[in-house]
Amino acid sequence: MSDLGELYQSVILDHNRHPRNCGPLAGADREAEGYNPLCGDRLKVWVRFGEGDVIEAVNFEGTGCAISQASASLMTTAIRGRTRGEALELFDRFHRLVAGEEPSQPAGLGKLAVFAGVRAYPSRVKCASLAWHALRSALVSPSS
Amino acid sequence: MPAADVRAPLRASVPDTRAPYDVERVRREFPLLALSPDGRPLVYLDSAATSQKPAAVIAATADFYARSNANIHRGVYRLSEAATALYEGARAKVARFLNAPGPGDIVFTRGTTESINLVAQSYLRPRLAAGDEILVTAMEHHSNIVPWQLVAAERGAVLRVAPVSDRGELDVAALEGLLSDRTRIVALAQISNALGTVNPVGDVVRAAHHRGIPVLVDGAQAAPHLAADIQSLGCDFFACSGHKLFGPTGIGVLYGRAELLDGMAPWQGGGDMIAAVSFERSTWAAVPAKFEAGTPNIAGAVGLGAAVDFLSALDHEAVRGYEAALLRYATERIAAVPDVRLVGTAPEKASIVSFVMDGVHPHDIATILDADNICIRAGHHCAQPLMARLGVAATARASFALYSTRAEVDALAAGLERVRQVMAR
Repeated sequence: MSDLGELYQSVILDHNRHPRNCGPLAGADREAEGYNPLCGDRLKVWVRFGEGDVIEAVNFEGTGCAISQASASLMTTAIRGRTRGEALELFDRFHRLVAGEEPSQPAGLGKLAVFAGVRAYPSRVKCASLAWHALRSALVSPSS
Repeated sequence: MPAADVRAPLRASVPDTRAPYDVERVRREFPLLALSPDGRPLVYLDSAATSQKPAAVIAATADFYARSNANIHRGVYRLSEAATALYEGARAKVARFLNAPGPGDIVFTRGTTESINLVAQSYLRPRLAAGDEILVTAMEHHSNIVPWQLVAAERGAVLRVAPVSDRGELDVAALEGLLSDRTRIVALAQISNALGTVNPVGDVVRAAHHRGIPVLVDGAQAAPHLAADIQSLGCDFFACSGHKLFGPTGIGVLYGRAELLDGMAPWQGGGDMIAAVSFERSTWAAVPAKFEAGTPNIAGAVGLGAAVDFLSALDHEAVRGYEAALLRYATERIAAVPDVRLVGTAPEKASIVSFVMDGVHPHDIATILDADNICIRAGHHCAQPLMARLGVAATARASFALYSTRAEVDALAAGLERVRQVMAR
């Protein structure tokens, strides 16, 4: 068993207790739901575009464990200002990070690197990636 | 083993002159419980999901393959006859343990889920018309909901749901009010897997039978707590799983009232379930073979027989008393942890404590406890409608068996304090 501190880092606990960009987003261009049938957790993600395909804002709302809530919260802060393509690229990198396919000290992922500890807990990988899957659905779905 | 040995401990009138229940002696029979990953003991509190296995069950399964393996029922050589005797002997042991009228009423299945699906498809489906009703309760496991939904959708029938209270108690009066001339079957759990509530199944059976409606009892959680007594429940169908009953996975039981099983068509076709086959027409074997197409899980049945032998050698009154006291202790210890709220506080409960902790998701509780080798379940417990009814997305659930101890409860209580510390940093 890995040290719990690797999983429940203070950044994660902070975002769990005080989620950023939480609640419906006014003027959203896209929205999508994430659902984890293993635990029944649900989460909704809203995306608003600014100039071109630059993402101006991302919000989320839902219930879930500390890992899924913190992951959703940190995702909303990491995605803002990126293009749609960059966001999808970040989805891939985040997915590889929690699956253990990226180095545990990845370059260029910023605060998202705190989720490297999830790789030691295979049953929790889906928790960490729930919001990201919802974001991906929102970004690849036809415009609403 | 003679039948008298199995049944005697169930009689309350037999004076208890035996020694008090020795849980440590029972624990020594379970090899897995002696594991200590990273040098600290394993605290297994997920027996409602699956029980651990006594050495006798593990040995019986291995011995079958090592000494007795042959296909059953068709061989004329002695090895096959011996394997057949072991398989049918297991059926007789299970029938005695569950107090079924006889071994011929016991069908071996893969588990509770398959048993319920068999009844839904083979008993109910041909008898179900548009507008007919199937009555379940709000605390059922998905395996006692979805099989009925499948046949209801096909036939245009309606699934009715008897309500449960905020404490997780079945509203029996409301259930009785839902019985109608269109009700074709009532299906309910004897003990809720998510909350531990013990339902007054006998009362439900009497009310349903008064209107000529058959009752299926999901006994998956009741059998391991020695609460399954088919003849005194009076139910028409009873389903349980071997793996929750200290036996192997992949073997389960369906009891059916003889006249009902006789009148049911087979549910799977194949070898072993026929009387005669021609391309024009085939005829079926008698019950229970009619429902056991193909080579069954012979070693699983033998292992389940060994599990039943193991249980039958115990003093059932002592086990029940021990489990009841342990549940009281666990309920007190868990409820005393700050920020913890119990989910499911019915007066009649068995060996399950479901709870939530303010501000901490059950999955986080389970992951943090696992760091101390404490195994509990977290989630919806395959009872999403019940979770919705009680207004929780998920719960943490500690469940106990006849080998669980007060020391394990203490470890859980200490672990929950650690959860609070980790999450409060």
